[in-house]
Amino acid sequence: MKMKFQTANQHTWRTIKNVLASAATFLSAVLVIAPLGLVFFHLLANGLSSVNWDFFTHLPKPVGEAGGGMANAIVGSLILLGLGSMIGIPVGVLGGVYLAEYGTARANSVLRFVADVLNGVPSITWGVVVYGLVVLRFKSFSAYAGGLALGLIMIPLILRTTEEVVLLVPNGYREASLALGVARWKTIVHIVMKTASKGIITGILLALARIAGETAPLLFTAFGNRFWDHNLAQPIAALPLQIFTYAISPYDDWHRQAWAGALVLVIGIFCVNVVVRILTRGRKISVA
Amino acid sequence: MKVMPSPDPSVFERSDGAALDAVETEPAPPLTFQVKALSMWYGGKQAIENVSLDVVSKAVTAIIGPSGCGKSTFLRCLNRMHELVPRTRMEGTVLLDGEDLYLTNVNPAIVRRRVGMVFQKSNPFPTMSIGENVIVGLRLNGVRDKKFLNERLEKSLRMAALWDEVKDDLHKPGTSLSGGQQQRLCIARALAVEPEVILMDEPCSALDPIATAKIEELIHELRSQYTIVIVTHNMQQAGRVSDFTAFFYMGRLIEFGTTTKIFTNPTEKQTEDYITGRFG
Repeated sequence: MKMKFQTANQHTWRTIKNVLASAATFLSAVLVIAPLGLVFFHLLANGLSSVNWDFFTHLPKPVGEAGGGMANAIVGSLILLGLGSMIGIPVGVLGGVYLAEYGTARANSVLRFVADVLNGVPSITWGVVVYGLVVLRFKSFSAYAGGLALGLIMIPLILRTTEEVVLLVPNGYREASLALGVARWKTIVHIVMKTASKGIITGILLALARIAGETAPLLFTAFGNRFWDHNLAQPIAALPLQIFTYAISPYDDWHRQAWAGALVLVIGIFCVNVVVRILTRGRKISVA
Repeated sequence: MKVMPSPDPSVFERSDGAALDAVETEPAPPLTFQVKALSMWYGGKQAIENVSLDVVSKAVTAIIGPSGCGKSTFLRCLNRMHELVPRTRMEGTVLLDGEDLYLTNVNPAIVRRRVGMVFQKSNPFPTMSIGENVIVGLRLNGVRDKKFLNERLEKSLRMAALWDEVKDDLHKPGTSLSGGQQQRLCIARALAVEPEVILMDEPCSALDPIATAKIEELIHELRSQYTIVIVTHNMQQAGRVSDFTAFFYMGRLIEFGTTTKIFTNPTEKQTEDYITGRFG
């Protein structure tokens, strides 16, 4: 029996289905991009006027006085990121390397599961945990406590990305190195981790971008500070905390400052992501 | 244990002791490896079954056989590379210059420093230049002396017949070379740590005929200084480059002898069928 080409009727119905499906996917794509555009638009519209030299170099002014900046919060945030990195990077990277290179299948599945659960823990939980462990014990909010909370958030993030990129390194390189009589740990450090270094750095940067905007874990730990005070055992200012404080205040001046702070924070995170894009561009590990 | 037919008693029956007296006139050539009753399992699957084989020093021994016959696995048992695969089990002994490789106090890294390896697919380290690739084995084994490293760099590249092609590009990435050059770079890298033995696991299977010819020429030249064991599924190659040939089938050593003997007058029917291309 000869098959007929589809009738015109069928063809029309197919075209309609096709258009509907295309439209739905297009709309979803727009919905994905739209929030970013909205956020940027609002931040620029409300914050740009307050982002000036003073913002980066001056301390907050008392209520009612115009001007002032967030210099203390910017430096405080950098200090907190540094402290967090001192915990998150070594533990995360070494843990990820362990998962990829050493761990037994059983231990690995447990570790992976734990890391994934930790990744899903709401960040305020970390703040409460560190509050109980550190702040109560030393009877003071401190930069150390804030850094610890951020570091704990970084660990599972970095661990998982490190594991993934280390696993991507083709086995041929490990074999080639071991066949030269190079010890296992040297092979891992000098060959495997070096080959995966871009990916590991990317993971670290993404983790930093993620925690740079964290507010909740700092509420009970770093607490915030309105002065140029960077004693690590004392409460310390942080950009997200300052934004939070200013945003919930009743003063227009402070609202403008909060917008400016949010803009600076978002631009900072945006820049980190651009660096990540550059690093991962043309990242190609030839498969052996 | 199945006793292998030994085509040349002066070479292969020395370990029996008794045969030695019979050929007193011609001293037996020194052996690099003495493999005795080697069996190997991946998990529950047996890959090598009771293989005994002696590898003569400063000669080329080829291992041929169809895919999956255990020839690569056997090669990896000679420098303990198979241990990288989890859940492997081994029985039997492998002696290198009379020393057991598998004693519990033997460090596999030291074994591999003496028994180098070249792989099927060339694998220069992508993060390193040509020069760095050659000396990486020395550097990671703690050699710091710049002058020594430079000398060894040139010497190894010359031995691998690559020096003239790359001497002006030593700083370029190792992966920028052509496939055949990359493979010779890997040979130079293996030579730089001055091993006694070089194991080659199908080193030409990814190369074109011209690059293959260069590697084979290289094997000819290296033979005077190194013991070479080469796995190949190219029988013509085995015929061209080797002094001895071992034919593996289904994890067993079917026949072992001088290459001339194996290729012209094999004892076993299976060997003959494989050599003549009736299967495999």
